[in-house]
Amino acid sequence: MAKTIYLDNAATTPVKPEVLESMLPYFTEKFGNPSAVYNFAAENKNVVTQARETIAKALGTNTQDIYFTAGGSESDNWALKATAEAYKDKGNHIITTKIEHHAILHTCEYLEQNGFEVTYLDVDEQGIVKLEELKKAIRPSTILISIMFANNEIGTIQPIKEIGEIAKEHNILFHTDAVQAFGHLDIKVDEYHIDMLSASGHKLNGPKGIGFLYIRKGLKLRSFVHGGAQERKRRAGTENVPGIVGLAKAVEISINTMEERVKKEKSLRDKLIDRVLAEIPYTRLNGDRKKRLPNNANFSFQFIEGESLLIMLDMKGICGSSGSACTSGSLDPSHVLLAIGLPHEIAHGSLRLTLSDETTEEDIDYVVDTVKEIVEKLRSMSPLYEDFVKQNV
Amino acid sequence: MYSEKVMDHFTNPRNVGEIEDASGVGTVGNAKCGDIMRIYLDIDEDGIIRDCKFKTFGCGAAVATSSMATELVMGKTVQEALQVTNKAVMEALDGLPPVKVHCSLLAEEAIHAALWDYAEKNGIVIEGLKKPKNDIHEDEEDGEEY
Repeated sequence: MAKTIYLDNAATTPVKPEVLESMLPYFTEKFGNPSAVYNFAAENKNVVTQARETIAKALGTNTQDIYFTAGGSESDNWALKATAEAYKDKGNHIITTKIEHHAILHTCEYLEQNGFEVTYLDVDEQGIVKLEELKKAIRPSTILISIMFANNEIGTIQPIKEIGEIAKEHNILFHTDAVQAFGHLDIKVDEYHIDMLSASGHKLNGPKGIGFLYIRKGLKLRSFVHGGAQERKRRAGTENVPGIVGLAKAVEISINTMEERVKKEKSLRDKLIDRVLAEIPYTRLNGDRKKRLPNNANFSFQFIEGESLLIMLDMKGICGSSGSACTSGSLDPSHVLLAIGLPHEIAHGSLRLTLSDETTEEDIDYVVDTVKEIVEKLRSMSPLYEDFVKQNV
Repeated sequence: MYSEKVMDHFTNPRNVGEIEDASGVGTVGNAKCGDIMRIYLDIDEDGIIRDCKFKTFGCGAAVATSSMATELVMGKTVQEALQVTNKAVMEALDGLPPVKVHCSLLAEEAIHAALWDYAEKNGIVIEGLKKPKNDIHEDEEDGEEY
């Protein structure tokens, strides 16, 4: 295959050339430690501050509320564990959802082992949190609500503003894992009443190994990494200056190009969804048709299994992902697909395709034609399809 | 992740399909875990497997092990087919990743299930063959007249 069509941008994205270019000097000639006194390192302190400003501006908040981390998972861990620790005298109850990323779910499980109680909210069949259930789950001991901005698998966007309002009304802190949403959707932390927000560089054409946690001013969260006085004594370790510079550049580009990019991605995504649903029978779209990330499409093809589909797509130069058990290394398919009520065998046959601004209309046509061909081939080999056909003769 | 042989059998699976009026059909696995294999055997009066076909719902390894299993039992006697173990299937495929070993077990079970069906239909006992435990489609026996 001459060409690779990369449709796994929810997994990671390539670093944009401008981003890489902005980073390079900070590996070599501008290698100074931002904490150093001499003039030569002063610029490095400045670029870190500028990067913080760029991100704060994107979120409509103050520069000092942005704390750099090693990525989304660290940010999620920090937000949850530090909140639990800081507010344990107020209560021991946390509310989250069944469709969070494992960085949240496994951290919650860890907290449960340490005396905290966690409510995992159900979602409706589109993957959206039910606000009434959220309200019902609130107890006097609830200290934190952590609900993702948009889901990584099915792309569903949560009613974050309403959730933020409910949290505020009840005087409960609100954290959102915005790893999939930041840089793709316009997020203003004050408007949405967000107290903490996690984001990651490599989901928006920035480098891997860098992310940040927004912490609203006044929250008494302690340091997660102990050591030096970096990040206002809240996250020790010499700053990842090239990473921080690259992240800020990526944020700048993604914010500046958002309107145009989102428009383009949405139109291609809709074309993809429309063609697949129209041309491949026994197929469903997972997640909400409208309230979904601009670049996300997630399908379930009945009677076939996702890993087979992925390997065959790969042989045709198409990179996608699946929530099938075989791709997760366990016997259970994706917890997100099960949470929206899919039976196991349909969850096994899922395919997630996530577009980028590089995706073209020709790509989409080629992908649909190829998926169609492969689904047909796999169904012709499937005993489930055989049974289905016989039962419906 | 997969050996060349596995990829070959996955992308060009041998003996995919159904056998009408098969001597024995075995279906094992379940959709919940993401793997279902069905093996059809055509066995002649001398107890020799004249034809073997399969259908599989599952990952690349599941398809490849089914394909290889059909090749390994083709032309064999019932007794010889019984000796086709999951290990033999794996070796013939130049190995499988550890998480996929269960696929080869499923292939072995599918053959055993088809042989069991054959034995039941003909009222015979195949020495060394145990009742398959993984047959999830017991109610499908009447489906064979198709």
